[in-house]
Amino acid sequence: MASGVKPRVKVPKTAAAGEAITIKTLISHKMESGQRKDKEGNVIPRSIINRFTCEFNGEMVIDVTMEPAISTNPYFQFEATVPEAGEFVFTWYDDDGSVYDEKKTIEIA
Amino acid sequence: MNTKALTAITAILVFPVAVMAGPDEENLVINGELDMTSVTKAPAHLENLDTIYSGWHFRTDETQALQIDDFDNPAMIFVDQAVDLFATVDGAAGESCASCHDGVESFKGLQASMPKVDAESGKLVVMEDLINRCRTDRMEADAWKWSGGEMQGMVALIGLQSRGMPMNVAIDGDAAPYWEQGKEMYYTRYGQLELSCANCHEDNWGNMIRADHLSQGMINGFPTYRLKQAKLISRHNRFRGCIRDTRAETFAEGSDEFRALELYVASRGNGLSVETPAVRQ
Amino acid sequence: MELSRRETLALGLGAAFLTIMPLRANAAAEDAIAAFTGGADVADGGVTLTAPEIAENGNTVPIEVSAPGAASILIVAAGNPEPGVATFNFGPLAAAQAASTRIRLAGTQDVIAVAKMADGSFAKASATVKVTIGGCGG
Ligand code: HEC
Ligand code: HEC
Repeated sequence: MASGVKPRVKVPKTAAAGEAITIKTLISHKMESGQRKDKEGNVIPRSIINRFTCEFNGEMVIDVTMEPAISTNPYFQFEATVPEAGEFVFTWYDDDGSVYDEKKTIEIA
Repeated sequence: MNTKALTAITAILVFPVAVMAGPDEENLVINGELDMTSVTKAPAHLENLDTIYSGWHFRTDETQALQIDDFDNPAMIFVDQAVDLFATVDGAAGESCASCHDGVESFKGLQASMPKVDAESGKLVVMEDLINRCRTDRMEADAWKWSGGEMQGMVALIGLQSRGMPMNVAIDGDAAPYWEQGKEMYYTRYGQLELSCANCHEDNWGNMIRADHLSQGMINGFPTYRLKQAKLISRHNRFRGCIRDTRAETFAEGSDEFRALELYVASRGNGLSVETPAVRQ
Repeated sequence: MELSRRETLALGLGAAFLTIMPLRANAAAEDAIAAFTGGADVADGGVTLTAPEIAENGNTVPIEVSAPGAASILIVAAGNPEPGVATFNFGPLAAAQAASTRIRLAGTQDVIAVAKMADGSFAKASATVKVTIGGCGG
């Protein structure tokens, strides 16, 4: 597992049923592109997060395939419909096989 | 200014891009609620500037936007890591920062007065010194590397507790000799280009230098997240970069010279809000 | 006028900014788009791509894309050595077929967004981003 990987997710605590909410996510990750060289001139191997997904109560909101051109510390903002109270699950997939996840519950107000 | 320095500076300044000249007029408000003093009257000791500006005013709208919402600010992931570190036991004494310090909030106000002269030793100390002293003497742990992720994350977390408070470093009394030393460095021409900090940040702020919009070189937002390195950058690392650009040999991070320079540069920003952690290009 | 080496160097860096040329779309970018569309026609319109005209640093360029009714959107940086950036696939609970992210651009170039609509048709938008050569200050 790449060291120091830490997700941050911003989801409102409540929403009206059927409301569209804005979600922001950020995760600390080097996103080593595989195109840089170290001091000795050797290529630093690619090591990125290659996929990010957000689901709500098991239904897909967004599924993103990522390439090395996504910046260090990947950031996404998008909108989700909240049909009922429940749980968002955010998942990041690392090239090295690690999977990082974060969960946020939301109430209907 | 001697003719050689004049040639050097006119050669690297790119005046035709005049559209972006001068600081912009927007107000810096964070999270829609924290009003920052990012423009104010220069402190009395500053002879050559009437008004001081945070570096935020010289950045593009896109870069500025990254600092006005704590969620959009990428520096905050490192601040979050520091929150965890604060409670992590390390070293032979078996202690964490939290074992002795009653929450990181207890450091509110500290950043606004840093650097300061340590009462015991009479020496000028910066935040990194205070942290490493606790690590080595009190936790019996290894000192953190000056510009490393752990250290700058912790410096940012402690600095954040004072965000919005006016910078107010002492420059008199015990601090006076250090401040004089720093001031002298600020006006010393370094390197093959023979440029002082003042040549760029006092004589030419608001102008374009190559493709960079030149600010007054304030440190009230440090450590800052730089888009270029995609991580938190220490004050001393920034000083090194600026001196290196004049093609000079530079001082080391954590050197007494840079401590003194840090005090002087901080004092030029007395009155600006602590912005830690800012976002820059 | 006689210029020393360092003055020439400094002038050259300044001039580089003024005469910046967009990196042209490369064959790899076209391949990436063709792989996404299966070679189908791509119409203009129906996609909005928002990107800064000038980016202060190519490492972190904010972009936003929106294509109402799209099933997925491909983002390509036509001048990067590897043009692929990301593909957004929208699920049933996406409230809008829109997303923002931050991307790396190797230099001044066009960023292209291609949307696959629910009916299987394709649409695109592009934006030119000038990436300045950060000059100074480490
Ligand atoms: C064994 C107890 C102990 C531990 C552990 C400890 N400190 Fe301290 N720290 C002190 C004492 C005692 C002082 C000096 C008195 C004071 O100013 O609070 C101090 C002072 C400081 C100061 C300067 C405060 C000021 O106002 O000048 C900072 C900053 C600080 N500590 C940060 C940390 C951090 C960060 C950690 C963890 C990496 C840490 N300390 C771990 C006991 C501790
Ligand atoms: C050749 C011109 C030049 C010289 C000389 C120079 N700098 Fe800079 N400095 C820059 C540029 C360009 C930047 C990036 C744009 C900006 O923020 O002003 C910068 C940025 C900075 C920043 C970051 C400001 C912020 O808001 O993040 C600080 C602090 C700084 N310089 C301090 C210094 C100090 C101290 C010296 C003298 C040791 C110095 N500089 C010498 C050109 C220079």
